Amino acid sequence: MKPLRARLRPLARALAPLLCTAVWSGCSGSNRSASSRQAEKIIQIKGSDTMVNLAQAWAEAYRRVRPEVSVEVSGGGSGVGIAALMRGTVDIATSSRDLKPSEREAIRSATGRDAKEFIVGHDALAVYVHISNPLEEIRMDQLAEIFAEGGAITRWSQLGVTIPGVSNDEIVRVSRQSSSGTYEFFREHVLNKRDFKLGSRDMNGSKEVVELVASTPTAIGYSGMGYHIPGRVKMLRISPREGVPAVAPTVEAAQNGSYPIARSLLLITPGEPEGEVRAFIEWVRSPEGQRIVQECGYVPLLPSERPTAAP
Amino acid sequence: MPDAVEHGMLSKARRPWWERLGESLLTILIYLCGVSAIVFVAAIFFFIFREAAPVVLHGRVSLVQFLTSPEWYPTSEVNRRYGVLAMIVGSFSVTGLAMGLAVPLGLGGAIYLSEFAPPRRREALKILIELLAAIPSVVWGFIGLSVMSRLIVRWTGAPVGVNVLNGGIILALMSVPIIVSIAEDALRAVPDSYREAALAMGATRWQTTWRVLIPAARNGLLAAVLLGVGRGVGETMAVLMATGHAVHIPHSMFDSVRTLTANIAAELGEAPAGSDHYRVLFLIGVLLFAITFVINLTADLIVRGVRRR
Repeated sequence: MKPLRARLRPLARALAPLLCTAVWSGCSGSNRSASSRQAEKIIQIKGSDTMVNLAQAWAEAYRRVRPEVSVEVSGGGSGVGIAALMRGTVDIATSSRDLKPSEREAIRSATGRDAKEFIVGHDALAVYVHISNPLEEIRMDQLAEIFAEGGAITRWSQLGVTIPGVSNDEIVRVSRQSSSGTYEFFREHVLNKRDFKLGSRDMNGSKEVVELVASTPTAIGYSGMGYHIPGRVKMLRISPREGVPAVAPTVEAAQNGSYPIARSLLLITPGEPEGEVRAFIEWVRSPEGQRIVQECGYVPLLPSERPTAAP
Repeated sequence: MPDAVEHGMLSKARRPWWERLGESLLTILIYLCGVSAIVFVAAIFFFIFREAAPVVLHGRVSLVQFLTSPEWYPTSEVNRRYGVLAMIVGSFSVTGLAMGLAVPLGLGGAIYLSEFAPPRRREALKILIELLAAIPSVVWGFIGLSVMSRLIVRWTGAPVGVNVLNGGIILALMSVPIIVSIAEDALRAVPDSYREAALAMGATRWQTTWRVLIPAARNGLLAAVLLGVGRGVGETMAVLMATGHAVHIPHSMFDSVRTLTANIAAELGEAPAGSDHYRVLFLIGVLLFAITFVINLTADLIVRGVRRR
């Protein structure tokens, strides 16, 4: 008897992990069905890095409104979200820029439906400098000279600025990766579609831009106004042209259009949204969803935009 | 009874059928495992070449421009340019600096561990070094971005803390554990008779190490260094975060750079499948494949050299 048992022991050892896995997967399987009873519908949201905190806040609040719907949010950049929409892996793409005609076409050919954009808020794109920088305001054409390829401004002294305690006053440009909607928005509206000067520090998130500016006295960077760190960075007032007074990035200035680099925050769906996705978008555009927009540091929709004004 | 069983196991003809079946199944399984490595490499090779080839074959991007232009504008609206020279220089400068720091540290650590450390301290240090090797690269990147960059600005007065130096230090810290553990194995593989003979000749420990052990373990040490280089060239996340990600040919250690790997990681997600941008990113993959292939082949040839001795 003993030798047989001894011979079976290795077999038992080999099978033990298998058995455990089977039992475990059985358990998790039943768990899954239990949780799917609780949350029957999952809404997948992906895209703009500018909006990832905002979408996360919506997801958390929406859990209290409709516990049976779970909203999953990931970032990566507006371009990444739109690419995911083409592949059909997400329900909603968040974007901090408008769809390009080529993307609209690609979504149509991939999914057979027209993409639909919903404005869910606004964002003023703030230009940040280090807190020790004496500069208070800047013109759009100066920004283009700093950031665009072939632009003439490379030193702070060219703007008549001396940064205390710094010997090398070369401007450190902080930008975003090319997958970012913020990057494309800045290129289109500030650089007038010219290319960026090579050698900018291209960060992979809105927060990183502000962090790097906060730790670099000679830096200048652009990011959503929701990422302001009071006391470590400064948001510049921006003037559209010479002779026009500069405007600070505020909620009012973004809403009434006097701030020159404000943009809309969008949710994009393939085709007319239905069911839970539609309910979620309607909730986002309701006063409750808009209160979260304001809490996250962005600009809520004007009352006139709220009803059904989809572009 | 036990005798009979043992006898049964030895004699092939009388073994029960399940043992024979099990054995042949295992043989097939192990064979498949071995072959699968070849299949996977061939499949990866095929895939990245297939994705990259059209853009070169159709003449949309010239290889000469790809390799010699520093201008990288993959999403430009006016003039798209795909030049990776700045990134090649970036990759090599970061890796070069990292190896300059990691090789002396790693080999020194290995020599200390294998020749000078008392046994208990050696065991403790080896566990710690292996723990160091297990830290995920994104954590290293985070250290580079938040801790190292601040220290670099404070100590060197550089305008920006994310630069070649930062990336080099982070990569060096990541390669050291690999170099130490492989180099230590190589040194331990030198037969004790060499050490005994050297000591018997009246050599000090230092002379033994320098004149006898290092020459004897030379090939293994070289392989350790090359595998460290391979990690440096191939690392993505940590250098993405620590180097500043600027397309720029560096003039000093304090300039930000972008590496080939970081560029792929940052841009592949948004490049529409099948576009020129997407294919050029795969072309960068081919370039990296070629670089790591040369490094691994060199390391492999050297390791073979060690075995033949």
